[in-house]
Amino acid sequence: MSTLAIDKAGPTRKVKLRSMSRDRTWALRWSYFFLVLFAIFFLIPPIYMLITSLKSSAEISAATNPWWVFHPTLSNYVELLTSNQFLRFFWNSSMISIVVVIVTMLISIPAAFALARMKFWGSATLATGVFLTYLIPDSLLFIPLFKMLAVVQDITGITLLNRWYVLVFIYPTLTVPFCTWIMIGYFASIPKELDEAALIDGASWLQTLTRIFIPVALPGLIAATIFAFTVSWAQFLYPLVFTTSIDQLVLPVGITTTLIKGDVFNWGQIMTGALLGAAPPLVIYAFLMDYYIAGLTAGATKG
Amino acid sequence: MAEVALRKVIKRYDDVEAVRGIDLDISDHEFIVLVGPSGCGKSTTLRMIAGLEDITDGDIMIGGDVVNDVPPKDRDIAMVFQNYALYPHMTVAENMSFGLRLKHYPKAEIKARVTEAARLLDITDLIDRKPKQLSGGQRQRVAMGRAIVRNPKVFLFDEPLSNLDAKLRVQMRIEIKKVHQKVRTTTVYVTHDQVEAMTLADRVVVMNKGRIEQIGTPNELYHKPATRFVAGFIGSPAMNFIPCRLEDVGGKLNVRLTDRISFPLPPARAARYGALPRTENLLLGIRPEHLTESHAHLEPGVETFDTVLDVTEPMGMETLVYFGLEGTPICGRVDPNAGAKDGAPMRLAMDLNNMHLLNETTGAVL
Repeated sequence: MSTLAIDKAGPTRKVKLRSMSRDRTWALRWSYFFLVLFAIFFLIPPIYMLITSLKSSAEISAATNPWWVFHPTLSNYVELLTSNQFLRFFWNSSMISIVVVIVTMLISIPAAFALARMKFWGSATLATGVFLTYLIPDSLLFIPLFKMLAVVQDITGITLLNRWYVLVFIYPTLTVPFCTWIMIGYFASIPKELDEAALIDGASWLQTLTRIFIPVALPGLIAATIFAFTVSWAQFLYPLVFTTSIDQLVLPVGITTTLIKGDVFNWGQIMTGALLGAAPPLVIYAFLMDYYIAGLTAGATKG
Repeated sequence: MAEVALRKVIKRYDDVEAVRGIDLDISDHEFIVLVGPSGCGKSTTLRMIAGLEDITDGDIMIGGDVVNDVPPKDRDIAMVFQNYALYPHMTVAENMSFGLRLKHYPKAEIKARVTEAARLLDITDLIDRKPKQLSGGQRQRVAMGRAIVRNPKVFLFDEPLSNLDAKLRVQMRIEIKKVHQKVRTTTVYVTHDQVEAMTLADRVVVMNKGRIEQIGTPNELYHKPATRFVAGFIGSPAMNFIPCRLEDVGGKLNVRLTDRISFPLPPARAARYGALPRTENLLLGIRPEHLTESHAHLEPGVETFDTVLDVTEPMGMETLVYFGLEGTPICGRVDPNAGAKDGAPMRLAMDLNNMHLLNETTGAVL
C-alpha cells in the first residue's frame, strides 16, 4: 500500500519540479530582456553626452556620424575646469547641497522619531500632513515663496533674493517632508521592545535616538541622505527664480544660462558640464551604497 | 532586592478595562508567575510594574516606595522581552553593558559584571558576537545577561520562552530556575503556558479577564482550585466537568451523573457537600488521572462504570482515553497495558476522593 503511494507520488513530483524550473527559466529570460532594453534606453543619453563632450565644436556641427569621435579632444574639459565661472557654480551647488543635507537630517530625524514613537495627540494626522506637504509641486510654491522672501527682505533689510545661501532655507521645504516620511517608516519598523529595553536600561529619549535608533535605522538614514542630496543638486526651478547674478548661480542653472547665448548652443561644453555635474551624485551613490546594507535589524528580535 | 506590592491597580484603555483592580504582594526573593489566557491583563500588569504603561488607578510599590510616577529607568528593574529586544548593532558584551555604560560605571566594574554574568549563563564564548550571529536560545541568554548585570531590585520576564522551540523551552526553563536560585532576585514572570508557570513559580497568580482568579503555590492551585477557570486552566489534559445533581439514596448522599450512573460519595465528601440543595445544577470536576482503568481491588471512594471509548491516545507511559457521558466529552488516563482501544467498551474507575464540586452558574468550587 505504502509502496504504491510512493510510486504514484514520485513521477508527479518530478513533473511538477520540471515545469517549475521551466517557468523560472522563462521568467528569467523575460527579466533579462527587459533589463537589457531599459539599460540601453537609459544609458544612451549619457553615452551620447560623453561622445559629444570629446568633440570639438567644428566636429559637432560637421555632417559626420554623430556616434563616433573622429578627432577626440579634451579641450571642453580643460576649458570648463579652468573657468572660474564653472568652478564657482560647482562650489555653490556643493555648499548648498551639503548644508541642505545637514539641515534636512537635523530636522527630519528628530521629527520622524517623535512622530513614529512619542505617541502624542494628533501625531498620526501630523505624520500624514508632513507627507501631504511633499505633494504640493514646487512650480506652485515658488511665486508665494518669492513674495515672502521679498517681504522679509523689505522688513529686515537683509538681502535674501539673488543670494545662493537663501536656497539653503528653501530646499528643505522639498527635502524635509519626504525624508521625514522615509524615516518614519524606518523608525516604525524598529520593534517597540527595543526602545522599551533602552528606556529600562536608563536611556533618555535623546540617548535612545542617538545610540539605538540612528545606528539601527542607518540604511534608512542613508536613503534619506541620498534623496536630499540628489534633490538639492538637481534642483532647477528655485535657483532659476531666486538667483540671477552669475556668481550666485548653481550648476544646472549656470550651465544653461552661460553656455547658451541666444540661439547659439555650445554643445560640447554643455555636455561636458552636464557630465561633470552628474559625477558627485554618482560618487555619493557608489560610496554610500556600500553602507546601504539591508537587514541591519536582523537579530534584534526573533529572526 | 525588594518586595513588590500592587494595591487596587486598574488599567483602562479608553473604555476597555484591561486590569480591574489587582491586589498582589510579592515578597523579597520570590519567583511569581502571572499566568492566564491572552487578553487576561497579565502582560499589562507586568508592563505597569516596569513603568512602560501608566496606571489608571491604584498604587504600585517596589521596595516599599510608591513608584506610580517614577520613570522605568529609576525603578531599578530589568526586563526580558519575548522577542529578546537585543540592540542589533552592538555585540553581546555591549548589549549587556549598555545600561551600566549609560550610568557611567567604572570600566573595570562593567567588565567584571559582564564577565560574571556571561559565565553564569555560559555565553563567555559569544561575548564578541552580534545578535544576528546567535541562535534563539543564545539570544535569550544574552537578554537575561543584560538583566543580570544591572543587579536590579526586580526581574521582569514577559513570555521569554514563547519564541523558542519546545525542546529549547524546557532547557531554558531549567536555566531560568537555576539563575534565580543563584541570584535570588525578586522575579515577576508572565506566561500563558501553565506548565511553565507550575514548574518555575514559588507562587502562581492565575489571571482572567483583568482579575486575579487565584494566588497560590503550584500544588495549591492544582489540588485546591478556587474557581472553575483555575480548575480548567491548570493541569494538562484539563480537568473534566460533568453536569451532575446531588441526591439521597437510602440515607446516603449520592452524585448523579446520568440516568444510569449515580455514585455514593465517600464519607468526607458527603459531610462537606451534605448541606447543599439537592435541586441545584452542579458540576463534578475530576482530573483525567482520577479516571483510570478498573482494578480488582478498588480503594473506598473509587467507583466504576462502563463506557465505550471514542478515541485513545497512547503517550508511552500512559494512554489518554476520550469518551462521552451524555454529550459531555471526558478524558481519562489509563495504563498503556490496560487494553484501551478506539471504539472499544471499557470499564473505568472514578476516584471520588479527589473530586471537586462546582456551582454551574457561578463557577465557584464548593
